[in-house]
Amino acid sequence: MNIAVLSGKGGTGKTMVSVNLATVAGPSVYIDCDVEEPNGHLYLRPEDVEREAVDVLVPKSDPDKCDGCMRCVEFCRFNALAYTLDRLTVFTEMCHSCGGCKVICPKDAITEYPRTIGYVESGKSDNVKIHTGIMNIGEVAGIPIINRLLEKIPESGNVFIDCPPGSSCSVMESIKDADFCVLVSEPTVFGAHNLNMVTELVTVFGKPFGVILNKDIEGERNPSEEYCIENNLKILGRIPFDKELGLLSSEAVIAARENPKFRNLFTEIFNNIREAAL
Amino acid sequence: MKIAVPVINDSDNPEIAQQLGRAPFYMVYDTEAKTSEKIVNPAQDSPSGAGVKAAQTIVNTGSAVLLTIRCGDKAYEVLNGAGVKVMEAFVGSAMDNINAYEEGKMSELETIHSGHHGKGA
Repeated sequence: MNIAVLSGKGGTGKTMVSVNLATVAGPSVYIDCDVEEPNGHLYLRPEDVEREAVDVLVPKSDPDKCDGCMRCVEFCRFNALAYTLDRLTVFTEMCHSCGGCKVICPKDAITEYPRTIGYVESGKSDNVKIHTGIMNIGEVAGIPIINRLLEKIPESGNVFIDCPPGSSCSVMESIKDADFCVLVSEPTVFGAHNLNMVTELVTVFGKPFGVILNKDIEGERNPSEEYCIENNLKILGRIPFDKELGLLSSEAVIAARENPKFRNLFTEIFNNIREAAL
Repeated sequence: MKIAVPVINDSDNPEIAQQLGRAPFYMVYDTEAKTSEKIVNPAQDSPSGAGVKAAQTIVNTGSAVLLTIRCGDKAYEVLNGAGVKVMEAFVGSAMDNINAYEEGKMSELETIHSGHHGKGA
């Protein structure tokens, strides 16, 4: 089963939840799709890491063949091309690698070459396989890296897809192969607000989902819980606002590996996910 | 010689626009004929790369000079590559800016900002 973990808001505990679930569900695969700032590897400390480059194709123009008709410039909806003084300028970081300029060029002047935008690192940590997407600093779009990561999903077994924060393109891409979505929330107005956004997102995609109430304080008001109750959302579990858990996590230690209390907590949540996903 | 200025509307004496790539129109002034025309900026609502497309539009007008308050790095690369001089304009009408340029009271724009890439996405 492919389980995507997302939240809308950053800092709610997506990665902490993902690595702990991957640990109790092991053998499993953990995929870090937060390519702008992947940090699951800090918890998992993978060994035998192999690295592969992720390239995208970008165009260049042969000035001997180009006659300056500018059809490619007009075609490019991302405005990555400009033509001045008999030469084509390509702003490669704005190019979405659609290949349209090459197709439309009547003089066959455009060829494509690969440009590296990031990496995928694959390794192992105990019974968890790890694939981490890393986008190079300064790049604008990590979708090709996410797609490469999703190619790593095995035919069977439990896969945890740690999504980027937010509810835009990169999150949509990350959840496309998910069988179930886990929405991690925190007990703040901001948390509830972004839970609402991400709930709308998974609903648009028709994904079954449930909510984990993280940093939950018994007896205190929880705006995210109120949102779940109002909208009749499935609550998969509560993670208490616990000092020991906080300390372990701040040291990038996987709590479920360290303390049976937390192993039981995440096992229970994982069982609830499996039940909800049926 | 032609001088281009980003402007906020296509009236007879429009104000200069604060932004280059998202300006609704460009005024192109012919210094010999002392006439001007307004060109719609096709990049105004572009989801990305407005500066590049706007710069291409200005280059295509055959203007030798652009008077602008701001200019992003990519737009500058296109303009510079086409030999368009980019001058530092001031808040006011397009004609006041053109007059100031013709009187030699304007210097080249030195601060090229790094664009607004992805800020609206």
